[in-house]
Amino acid sequence: MTNTPKPRTIEQIRRSRNRVLGLGLGAFVILVFFISIAKMG
Amino acid sequence: MNVSSPDTIAATQPADWRDLFALTKPRVMSLVIFTGLCGLLAAPAHIHPTLGFTAILCIAMGAGGAAALNQWWEADIDAGMKRTAQRPLPQGRLDRTTARDFAGILCAASIFLMGFAISWLAAAILAVSIVYYAVVYTIWLKPRTPQNIVIGGGAGAFPPLIGWIAATGHISAMPVVLFAIIFIWTPPHFWALALFVKTEYAKVGIPMMPVVKGERSTRRQILAYAVLLLPLSALPWWLPGDEHTGPIYGISALVLSSVFLALSARVGLRERSGPDDMMKPEKQLFAYSVLYLFALFGALVVDRFVPL
Repeated sequence: MTNTPKPRTIEQIRRSRNRVLGLGLGAFVILVFFISIAKMG
Repeated sequence: MNVSSPDTIAATQPADWRDLFALTKPRVMSLVIFTGLCGLLAAPAHIHPTLGFTAILCIAMGAGGAAALNQWWEADIDAGMKRTAQRPLPQGRLDRTTARDFAGILCAASIFLMGFAISWLAAAILAVSIVYYAVVYTIWLKPRTPQNIVIGGGAGAFPPLIGWIAATGHISAMPVVLFAIIFIWTPPHFWALALFVKTEYAKVGIPMMPVVKGERSTRRQILAYAVLLLPLSALPWWLPGDEHTGPIYGISALVLSSVFLALSARVGLRERSGPDDMMKPEKQLFAYSVLYLFALFGALVVDRFVPL
């Protein structure tokens, strides 16, 4: 038996995209912080 | 051609992050990341782990951006081929403007981050690799000449070179040899695939070697490149100075390349038996060629950290 996935609503797509974008930006800020420390060392 | 209208769908549906991620060709990117990482780890220099991670991230972002540019440019061609018709752009799940902007941001971010965090030489080579793949290969060579993959294959050869430069800060003989290995590996790898999807390429008018020169010529050329790859892959064993590898890499290269040559000979010396031919040797060569590159570069790193 195969389960066809439910079509995602526009709101769901937008929310998950914003969440990924937020996580990406947060990770980028943390990366820049660690790069600065590494460069100073 | 079953071309959807992505731009009309875009007005009602926002881009899903999964589709944006698919634009970066994650499976191809895994090989790019791996070879880049091997170039970085095999270099005779120490790099801070954070900076090493950043260099690999930049290589991945640059490769992803270039792949997205490729899909943005080839959306109509992709729609006409079974192998690529399920991609986000031909399916209309993403509009072209979003794809182009996403690709541009990834490429620009990767180059500037590489420049500021690692070195501007590595950033310049990364920029060259992106232009090489997105412009020289995708836009210029691919629709014009059956040698497209021979010259364009250079685009995929840059990651170990960039990884090495990120670690050492300069270009030397070893990263150029690593570049050459991937450069020579690309035609037999890609033509093995092109042999069993030949009709697909012919349908969308891409002049791949089997379409233009025929199967027999392609098969002979696969064999010729495999012959060339055998001594070239072992070359790092004989390099002078602190760049040469040990027997772990040398023996692995000879064994892996001999198997590559044997599989290429099976493809190179046979004829298709008929329309029902399942093309098993070609599929085996294609599958092995991916494994080959992972194993060869893996051996390079093992050799560096396990000296005999």
